[in-house]
Amino acid sequence: MNVLNVLRVSYRSLGRNKLRSFLTMLGIIIGVAAVIAMLAIGQGASNAVKEQIAGLGTNVVIVFPFASTQGNVRFQAGETSRLTESDAVAIAAQCPAVKYVTPVVRVVTQIIAGTQNWRTSIMGVYPDFEQIRNWPVKSGDYFTSTDERTAAKVCVLGQTVADNLFGPGSIPLGATVQIRNLPFRVVGVLASKGQSSMGQDNDDIVIAPFSTVQQKLAGTIYANMLFASAISSPAVNTAVEEITQFLRIKHNLRSWEANDFTVRTQTEIASTADATTQTMTLLLASVAAISLVVGGIGIMNIMLVSVTERTREIGIRMAVGARGGDVLTQFLIEAVTLSLAGGLIGVILGVLTSRFVSSIQKWPVVISPESVGLAFFFAAIIGIFFGWYPARKAANLNPIEALRYE
Amino acid sequence: MADPIISVKHIVKIYKMGDVEVHALRGINLDIKQGEFSAIMGASGSGKSTFMNIIGCLDTPSSGEYLLDGVEVAKLNRDELAKLRNRKLGFVFQAFNLLPRTTALENVELPLLYSNNHSSSQRREKAMAALEAVGLADRSGHYSNQLSGGQQQRVAIARSLVNDPVVILADEPTGNLDTRTSVEVIEIFQKLNEKGITVVLVTHEPDIAQFSTRNIVFRDGKVSKIIEVENRKIAAEELPKIPLPMDELES
Ligand SMILES: Nc1ncnc2c1ncn2[C@@H]1O[C@H](COP(=O)(O)OP(=O)(O)OP(=O)(O)O)[C@@H](O)[C@H]1O
Ligand SMILES: [Mg+2]
Repeated sequence: MNVLNVLRVSYRSLGRNKLRSFLTMLGIIIGVAAVIAMLAIGQGASNAVKEQIAGLGTNVVIVFPFASTQGNVRFQAGETSRLTESDAVAIAAQCPAVKYVTPVVRVVTQIIAGTQNWRTSIMGVYPDFEQIRNWPVKSGDYFTSTDERTAAKVCVLGQTVADNLFGPGSIPLGATVQIRNLPFRVVGVLASKGQSSMGQDNDDIVIAPFSTVQQKLAGTIYANMLFASAISSPAVNTAVEEITQFLRIKHNLRSWEANDFTVRTQTEIASTADATTQTMTLLLASVAAISLVVGGIGIMNIMLVSVTERTREIGIRMAVGARGGDVLTQFLIEAVTLSLAGGLIGVILGVLTSRFVSSIQKWPVVISPESVGLAFFFAAIIGIFFGWYPARKAANLNPIEALRYE
Repeated sequence: MADPIISVKHIVKIYKMGDVEVHALRGINLDIKQGEFSAIMGASGSGKSTFMNIIGCLDTPSSGEYLLDGVEVAKLNRDELAKLRNRKLGFVFQAFNLLPRTTALENVELPLLYSNNHSSSQRREKAMAALEAVGLADRSGHYSNQLSGGQQQRVAIARSLVNDPVVILADEPTGNLDTRTSVEVIEIFQKLNEKGITVVLVTHEPDIAQFSTRNIVFRDGKVSKIIEVENRKIAAEELPKIPLPMDELES
């Protein structure tokens, strides 16, 4: 029997059982849709994280005050902090590959303006922060090095903080806000960096002179971390090298002692974060893939029932000259058609779901053609894999026994 | 006309069911010549269906030789048997065995679908011609379950003859039909037989057997006797003598 005839026979018999055909496809539809949606969401998250990290600035080198733990970067530095402002100052003076350095001290606290209040994190940094992070103000100005020296109570608000304290879109230059009962004058509003992938708002931040935050808000002699920038992109590795060597000497570490700090470049942080989102994407996709396999088992189940139910039909076909191979192909094509049609509907549903999730969650999604192709391909494979056994069973029937089957 | 188209020697069929062996056929020797119209008779359980299935290449004997149109059937594999069923044989069953939810035309086209050498328009043409031969051209688009028993059996006959077989085998083709419809069906077989197709049919009804040229009687898995029919009846002549059910009621 030629291909066209097999197709015709298969489609006729699927058409005779439309509802069942659809229900059989449902498993595959859901599986494929889930795989596509999960990959799209995961990919979207990963892209957003990458963007966010790229926003750190390309030449950035970050020094954390704790020993590295196998590639994982902990962003929260606790009381164990060993880095100080003097480290930062010394690095700036001693490391030729380093252009700017600022210590960073962070406090999470309530900030009040009039009747409004908002909980946010206050970062104490040098004015060089602007160059290191490549983060200018939208209006007003950064505080000056004089403010830094005199521990002036001035601050630069992130857009979100300004919005929440003074109303959307406001530019409250010259206004006064209360941080832990101390009045701070607003000298600038940062340019907006927008929402990050994980729902974290980059603009939910207040920047103030390092000395002010350290002395008046944090009350610590340590810095949470250091931000530095290399003189150029190629110099980043040299900068890391210099900072590491220099800090080892400055911290009086013996040659056998491990670093009590960790130096990371933006690229390293990016790859760590990338690995994390990749793991998440993989996890989501494998859960979805399991549902695809379950869908395949559904196909096998229905095809087995169908073979039993249509034993007589198979007998009739064999009696008029159908060979085992003809019957095998017919049932296989039925299974593959179900899974491919299911795959196609699944792709459409998956794309729609991704769009929907992205529209209600403001979560960026990226539907890659590869993921669509992959899901579709797997649907076909599953059709063949799970269709094979029932088809084989049908093909091996003895014609006379099949005819006698009631 | 002298060459046997079907020639079986020492055909034995034993069904094994656990420890019990059922000897359905105990050594059949039989020649059926080209163009013959044979009727197989015999008590229930005497092995008629078993024999038909074997010469219809639907089943294989436990031992023995079978030559069909010069082909040694015993040596063939499953696929070759399928091909033989498709090209040389037409089978008509007591239970009609049409595909459900399928039109008469599609049912008749079925063997052509598996013989691979017809375009879809040729298939249609041949199937329509076969339906015409059984007088059902006007029902070609009806689904099999929309047809009466007699009509279904005629569709089944159309299906058996569509691929120009050399032999048509019919196992109690009139078993489920009333007298008049039976004779109508037999009329079709006689017409086909006139065109040179060898017909073998199984029947329990002596009346029906009278339409054949030769009666082969089975008993306990053996051929007990063969009777040449002397005054063979012709269905076309008998039909006018059979009253329509309606006439019976009215007279
Ligand atoms: N598949 C089978 N398995 C076991 N025994 C079988 C099978 N088919 C037939 N038999 C046995 O073989 C013997 C012959 O059966 P067969 O169907 O050939 O008889 P038959 O002459 O066609 O009878 P009937 O006139 O009732 O149709 C019977 O005893 C039957 O029980
Ligand atoms: Mg029988």
